[in-house]
Amino acid sequence: MDFDLTDEQRLLKDSVDRLIGDQYQFEQRKKYMAEPDGWSRAVWQQYAEIGLLGLPFAEAHGGFGGGAVETMIVLEAFGRGLVLEPYFATVILGGGLLRRAATPAQQQALLPQLAQGKLKLAFAHVERQSRYDLADVATTARQDGANWVLDGAKSVVLHGDCADRLLVTARVSGDRRDRRGVGLFLVDPAAAGVSRRGYPTQDGLRAAEVTLSGVRVAQDDVMQDALPAIEHVVDEAIAALCAEAVGTMQAMHETTLEYLKTRQQFGRPIGQFQVLQHRSVDMLVALEQARSMAMFAAVMAGEENAAERRRAIAAAKVQIGRSGRHIGQEAIQLHGGIGMTMEYKVGHYFKRMTMIDKLFGDADVHLETLAQLGGLFGNTKAA
Amino acid sequence: MDLAFTDEELAFREEARRFFRTEIPQSIRDKVAEGEGLTRDDMITSQRILNARGWATPNWPVAWGGQDWSPVQVYMYQDEMQQANAPSPIGFNVTMVGPVIAQFGSDEQKQRFLPKTANADIFWCQGFSEPGSGSDLASLRTRAERKGDKYVINGQKIWTTLAQYADWIFCLVRTDTAAKKQEGISFILADMKTPGITVRPIVTIDGGREVNEVFFDNVEVPAENLVGQENKGWDYAKFLLGNERTGIARVGASKAKVARIKELASMERVGDRPLIDDPRFREKLAAVEVELKALEMTQLRVVADERRREKGKPNPASSILKLKGSEIQQHLTELLMDVVGPYVLPYQRDFDGRNEEVVGPDYATEAAPMYFNYRKVSIYGGSNEIQRNIVAKAILGL
Repeated sequence: MDFDLTDEQRLLKDSVDRLIGDQYQFEQRKKYMAEPDGWSRAVWQQYAEIGLLGLPFAEAHGGFGGGAVETMIVLEAFGRGLVLEPYFATVILGGGLLRRAATPAQQQALLPQLAQGKLKLAFAHVERQSRYDLADVATTARQDGANWVLDGAKSVVLHGDCADRLLVTARVSGDRRDRRGVGLFLVDPAAAGVSRRGYPTQDGLRAAEVTLSGVRVAQDDVMQDALPAIEHVVDEAIAALCAEAVGTMQAMHETTLEYLKTRQQFGRPIGQFQVLQHRSVDMLVALEQARSMAMFAAVMAGEENAAERRRAIAAAKVQIGRSGRHIGQEAIQLHGGIGMTMEYKVGHYFKRMTMIDKLFGDADVHLETLAQLGGLFGNTKAA
Repeated sequence: MDLAFTDEELAFREEARRFFRTEIPQSIRDKVAEGEGLTRDDMITSQRILNARGWATPNWPVAWGGQDWSPVQVYMYQDEMQQANAPSPIGFNVTMVGPVIAQFGSDEQKQRFLPKTANADIFWCQGFSEPGSGSDLASLRTRAERKGDKYVINGQKIWTTLAQYADWIFCLVRTDTAAKKQEGISFILADMKTPGITVRPIVTIDGGREVNEVFFDNVEVPAENLVGQENKGWDYAKFLLGNERTGIARVGASKAKVARIKELASMERVGDRPLIDDPRFREKLAAVEVELKALEMTQLRVVADERRREKGKPNPASSILKLKGSEIQQHLTELLMDVVGPYVLPYQRDFDGRNEEVVGPDYATEAAPMYFNYRKVSIYGGSNEIQRNIVAKAILGL
């Protein structure tokens, strides 16, 4: 048992931390947000150059064979920088789906491009009625000769506006919420019948509404009964979000601590007031508990036993949601008025943290899942 | 990053698991599981079983019966002990006075006290807090005046846990009233049978008698009972308080409580289903389990880090373990009361000579007393507010 990074992992961490430190100061981030895509293509190329875009993929696909710990290292740094580029959508979700659900031919065709920064992906699964249920799919897929034809609407597709390919869930068979019969389709957004409308999200990132109307997809671009693979990818994605959240929480805590030490009122730094000291300690406790669970999630993300993995990932997302809300609200409160302003960074962390809770199930949803699975101790294998 | 233990570590865990579950009498472990108070005999029996195995004092120097265990082994020993509901070794003996004597005592004191302390031939109690000196311990006023080859002690200690069982007491006393408050304190040992020592019980809100007042009225103690140097007692007290580190989170004990709550909640029925299937109840429980899992991981991080730290230098993160660990322990006692429902009410404590017949399921008896009693967990050993002061200063630099 150890929590140390290997030499390679430490090198990775150094280079990502350096990149984020150099390229993601608050003012730089504002400039990227004002670019046409809402993020920086130049920085995206730098990710490709230092190998981040191919990180989780096999060497045969132009990648580096990294695992969940490597992803954790990158995402934690991204959380500190409040990174805007479509890394989560493209590498974690899109790349993950290709890795776990695509044919070798598809992987060979797409993953090297992805690793080089030439292909951006988005995962289109949310529908108006689905909330967080990945199996709740009303979008239909019907077979027509050698093609499939998709009809439906997908919502809040993360970075769906800039994606070169969409990975779309659609119902191949069964009723709307059946676990069987969910297919995954690789859709070219330029194809006839696809329309999309991009917009900024609360945290400064981007998403899109996607409408599919008689969209024809070739037989090669379909992965049938993809739900188990999708669920595994989403669990890995949640582990990645947990790491990002830890980076964001830590940044909020550090920023707040710095403020407590420098802000003078009543003739002294406000950090000398015990009430604020104790609240700052409680933020630290929440942060360390969250960090512990992000590590647990990273270790468990690759677990093939779906129930054990689910238990661990759900528990981590609960902790992240709760710690994140506590730290975020306290960070704003302890800053006072300046924390309320767009010109100061802490509010931006707070907004991203708030949105992370609402991605792939909030704390309440995962708590329910965990409770249904019987919890973590006493009567489970995990104990 | 790897959460897997080595084969040797796993073998040790298995050995510890088997030992605690087979060697410690079931009757004693049942009492721990149900939160029933242990008798003096229970504690001594259990301690002697541990001591015969060499496992009563693993934290002591090897020369005095300690084990040269890795931090992982220490963690597994505690975790397995707590999960088996085996009583921890008597804390006053093993984590408090023993290490102080081993570190700062004279050779004669070591010979005289350590073997008996390990075997619970001496049952120790701790004389630190005073009515006017709780969190501000260094303000203590119990006076020890040197007269020839004796010290004469006058004053009062309070919250003295299990003083009614104790053969000896280790005390912080003021030996210099002129010095700065931390610099006039000494660490001294007294036989509880010494004339002038009286013990008065304090009954706590759970109806139990765990704590006492101890009065010192011209108590004459041989000067040879002073540990280390005069007026250096505060340093020894800090050493003592820093000793209890990762075990303080009591993760293993909380795991055992979760298991018990699940077992009982499967037996209790709400309408036509077991309580454990009630969504609101099981979500409340799952929420505590998440915190507990996080704490277990935090504890493992501290354990992993201990391997790199100088021995005896506590990780400041242990304050975090105490803060969160105490909250979780308390929360679980609330859930146990939720399980028991209306049978929380009947009052059956054997107190003032009454011993009523049990009403309701027998596991219901201790639910409320345990909840009441566990309010202490965030108060003793440096209240959670003091822990926050420590973290604010030592970790956050505030």
